[in-house]
Amino acid sequence: MSILDKHKILETNATLLLVCSFLVVTIGGLVQIAPLFYLENTIEKVEGMRPYTPLELAGRDIYIREGCYVCHSQMIRPMRDEVERYGHYSLAAESMYDRPFQWGSKRTGPDLARVGGRYSDEWHVDHLRNPQAVVPESVMPKYGFLEEKRVDGKYIGDVMATNAMLGTPYTDGMIEAAQADFRAQADPDSDFDGLLERYGEKVNVRNFDGQPGVSEADALIAYLQMMGTLVDFSTFTPDASR
Amino acid sequence: MSKKSQKFEGDPNTTGHEWDGIEEFDNPMPRWWLWTFYATIIWGVLYTIAYPAWPLINGATAGVLGWSTRADVAAEITAVEEANAPVNAKLEATELTAIAADPELNSYAVSAGSAVFKTWCAQCHGSGAAGAKGYPNLLDDDWLWGGSVEDIHATVAHGIRNEDSDDARYSEMPAFGRDELLEKEEISQVVNYVMSLSGEAQDASKVEAGSVVFADNCASCHAEDGTGDREQGAPNLADAIWLYGGDYATLSETVTNSRYGVMPAWNTRLTEAQIRAVSSYVHQLGGGE
Repeated sequence: MSILDKHKILETNATLLLVCSFLVVTIGGLVQIAPLFYLENTIEKVEGMRPYTPLELAGRDIYIREGCYVCHSQMIRPMRDEVERYGHYSLAAESMYDRPFQWGSKRTGPDLARVGGRYSDEWHVDHLRNPQAVVPESVMPKYGFLEEKRVDGKYIGDVMATNAMLGTPYTDGMIEAAQADFRAQADPDSDFDGLLERYGEKVNVRNFDGQPGVSEADALIAYLQMMGTLVDFSTFTPDASR
Repeated sequence: MSKKSQKFEGDPNTTGHEWDGIEEFDNPMPRWWLWTFYATIIWGVLYTIAYPAWPLINGATAGVLGWSTRADVAAEITAVEEANAPVNAKLEATELTAIAADPELNSYAVSAGSAVFKTWCAQCHGSGAAGAKGYPNLLDDDWLWGGSVEDIHATVAHGIRNEDSDDARYSEMPAFGRDELLEKEEISQVVNYVMSLSGEAQDASKVEAGSVVFADNCASCHAEDGTGDREQGAPNLADAIWLYGGDYATLSETVTNSRYGVMPAWNTRLTEAQIRAVSSYVHQLGGGE
């Protein structure tokens, strides 16, 4: 009974109880959370991951604003049925520049982690405008208004600077050229060499919505067409101990 | 609320705590509860030994069972691939046109192809392959690039107007209106002529002039009688089957701005056996040649 008697000291002393509870929770946190920050296998090193281009980043913000994550996940789980349907299972590295991540928790619509390149830009325009026109059984709402809304990327440099502060490797050059890169990616007739130099040769430079100017649909489709295409899986050997 | 103190006879064990006459019993925990509690502690310890658990300096403990989701999914996929390896090898080795003649192989190709179609193709071509505006119907016998199983195979493997494959099928109709190759009136004439090919001209007086515009500008790809040319992916304009629509407004839009439908190349995502399977599936849907 001696240990229970000692426990009485804790129970009758609120401050001591608070301090000791805090200690217990801290130990739990240190054991569970702290190692994730230093263990190398938390986020594997993979070839090809790069920060999002300004246009993709704006598209991602629209994705979040419209609540796409409520119905679409971005997390292919390591199970055969998912891998057969969507492609290689998602890696932690693939969402390392996502703040916040868009893994989602419910699939009313399909997973989008590897939707990039799977459909044509025109399909995305048709589908956003009227999902039932291409997929009659779909319950997705219409997003045709995205085509009408122009975006100028005025603040995208600030968004990038904020992400850079949090650890995304945006260089000063990238942030300075943000608005130019933003416009260049949606205009294949523009001078987009700088964009490719900064973000890599694989960046899609197209007029995504087929209309002049940069619309929200351009940004969103640019984001969708990049999704899941960055990692070079030909150089990836899965560490089976995970 | 009763203020009467409730004391049970023969149960004098209390913790000694007392507030306003309310005392706290000190009954022992039920045995079953206590043993379950101890069992969960033992389970917890054994679990962290058996499965990946404790984070250390360079990595986490792997667990004595060596369990891994990645290894599991890889093993599962390998098992299915191995089970299908002989029939897939046979599918790849057989001439495309000979698949249909081998009932066993054909039945495999069609059912595997149906699964591939529903996963990768249905979003554009529809789950029943009837297509949608701008996305060809694969059930009818009108084909842009040919409906033999070899033609379908080439289309699926390399796609249309994409940047993924150098062998992608490519055709580019000029934007006659946007690039000012034709006057507005000429477009109106040629649209009426094209509609007249399937007996639906809107303004019969323009058909005559439209036939001249057609012969000068369109016949080189769509053929003089408008039946198209599959070598160039130029659609048949005389069969009343339309990809984007055959009404006056839609046809004017098509002639003015042209249409550049894109299909991704699937040889980067699907195996050769899968492409052959889905080609066989599409070929037997009804339109195959």
